[in-house]
Amino acid sequence: MSATSTSTAVPPVAPVASRAGTQIRLSDVVKDYGLAVPAVDGVSLTIEPGEFMTLLGPSGSGKTTTLNLIAGFETLTSGRISLDGDDVSTLPPHKRDLGMLFQNYALFPHMTVAQNVAYPLRERKVPKAEIRRRVAEVLELVQLPGRDDDVPSQLSGGQQQRVALARAIVFGPKALLLDEPLGALDRNLRGALQAEIQRIHREVGSTFVFVTHDQEEAMSLSDRIALFNNGRIEQVGTPETLYKAPETLFTAGFLGDSTVFELAQAPGSEITWGDRRWAVAPHTVSERARAAEATALVVRPEDVHIAQRDDAVPPGVNVVPATVTDVHYLGSYRSVALALGTGDGAVLGQARLDAAETQLAVGQSVQAWWRVERQRVVSR
Amino acid sequence: MTDLARSGPARTDPGGAASGRTGAAGRRPPRPHWLLLLPALALIGVVLLLPLAQSFLRSVGAPDLTDEHYRSLFTDGVTMRVLLRTAKTALLVTVIAFALGYPYAYVMTRVGPRMRAVLLVIVLVPFWTSVMARNFAWILILQRGGPVDQFFGLFGLDVVLYGTVTGVAIAMSQVLLPFMVLPLFSALSGIDRRLLLAARGLGSSPVVAFWKIYWPLSRAGVTAGLILVFTLSLGFYVTPALLGTPQESLIAQLLAQRTTQLLDFQGAGALGVLVLAVTLALVVWANRIGGTVSAIGVVATTGTKEQR
Repeated sequence: MSATSTSTAVPPVAPVASRAGTQIRLSDVVKDYGLAVPAVDGVSLTIEPGEFMTLLGPSGSGKTTTLNLIAGFETLTSGRISLDGDDVSTLPPHKRDLGMLFQNYALFPHMTVAQNVAYPLRERKVPKAEIRRRVAEVLELVQLPGRDDDVPSQLSGGQQQRVALARAIVFGPKALLLDEPLGALDRNLRGALQAEIQRIHREVGSTFVFVTHDQEEAMSLSDRIALFNNGRIEQVGTPETLYKAPETLFTAGFLGDSTVFELAQAPGSEITWGDRRWAVAPHTVSERARAAEATALVVRPEDVHIAQRDDAVPPGVNVVPATVTDVHYLGSYRSVALALGTGDGAVLGQARLDAAETQLAVGQSVQAWWRVERQRVVSR
Repeated sequence: MTDLARSGPARTDPGGAASGRTGAAGRRPPRPHWLLLLPALALIGVVLLLPLAQSFLRSVGAPDLTDEHYRSLFTDGVTMRVLLRTAKTALLVTVIAFALGYPYAYVMTRVGPRMRAVLLVIVLVPFWTSVMARNFAWILILQRGGPVDQFFGLFGLDVVLYGTVTGVAIAMSQVLLPFMVLPLFSALSGIDRRLLLAARGLGSSPVVAFWKIYWPLSRAGVTAGLILVFTLSLGFYVTPALLGTPQESLIAQLLAQRTTQLLDFQGAGALGVLVLAVTLALVVWANRIGGTVSAIGVVATTGTKEQR
């Protein structure tokens, strides 16, 4: 309640790069619009000071609603949101002191670039000379100096998003919230602006909360990713953890490709799939899979190897007979589509081969194998 | 056909469309779609511009040029009084229409498509009912013993708006409301509401966000609505004629009196030209301060850019 007792004035202005970052804590956050399922259904997440946290997930998974709840654009149905320990659950957005970047930039069309960037400072009654100094400084930071007097419609999409970025950080907000800020840009620009956002995150050192449905973007930008599914957090972790040690089939499937063998039984010291018996390394069984009834074994394409003769399979690995269904040459590697297993039980999978390796023919019978420690058993 | 093709040079060959086009690339013939404007231009020329020119020529006493008709407008003691009263009434109508229209148009942008259609129909109903039926209805409502009088009678007041400028203004506001609501709706529905969210996030309270973001972006529509309603009120005839009194006549009634009763075509012409000049000046001024105004109230919302 300490937050609601603060004065009605907007918070004071911090220098652009002064705050080491703010901790954002969500506790059992629920947002229910009265539909069949709540949009956000019991999310708990702690975002550390200065962290680049990405809320990733398919559309309708609750990631954007969660961001809007942090920003204060939506009201909580239940739960609690705190910034550096202060409960802000009922605080209106203009008193939360958070910067926000929208997908459509949301620049004020009737103001110049400089007026747009100065807006949050004017709202905080910063002296004129100080406003001028800071606007110049931040436009320098986003590499748009000298465009002060242009109106937004004169700028390209990438430039508009830079202005929006400048406007969102100029007042030294407690954290920056980014709602798919690169979604409206074409591929090349997106890459450039990704690097820009990363650089600014490093220079400003503020907490960034980034929403996207693009897994590659999430992987390359984030310190940690919170993967959303059906209003809940499926898994939180570094990009590497999520890719290499997924807890669930959803996580394994959302980040990167994999070959999936659905299993009928809980994993013991070995697992059976059809007539195959495979060894299991205990540390490759996910926490959730230990408790789950339905599990699956997943292998990443770069871990699947192909042996054209049975005696070429090294000892101590897991093997399954497979048929080559397609081969694509992709320059640095060859992508091989496989039907693994036999008959009706065969599943489709992928392998990545060195481009220089012996060519495979479509329809050829091979042995697919992978090392025991490179497989992962997940819940499904 | 074959004879023509053989005898004529390729450029003028009526069958050789392709070669004809390359030959004319430098100097294009006038594009035929301008012909589509011809009927409308002809109509405007015959029924508007021609009579207008005629009135103007009469008002300056052609062929002997004189400004006496214009001077008498300022000196006859009646015209200026009526003009002022008309301006006041138009202003009152405009204020009422704006006060009702802005919130109405705002709500229209915030409801679902079905509710919006209903709200649109409600505002357009005056358009679809006969002018006479509407004005006689207002007579019944405002006259002595009518609903308004009865209502105020409950408080011991005797309010008869029939025959007053106030009554005229109320009735005109209802008739002219669509001209306020439609351009406003067009402008307001073009405003991206995420701009308001952005402003909130940057530290503005809802009131400040409205005042600094929403209001400036709606100004083009506001100007269009204000100017449409004001200029239409200036020349309104039927409602003042039926609901008002000759003692408190407005400019349109004065014009009618001078042409149909006094047969003072020169004086009426001069008065008409004066009103037209005032109206045009207002439209030019409005165009300068906010957006583009067109006769049917369609607003180019992009016009806000030029305000700077």
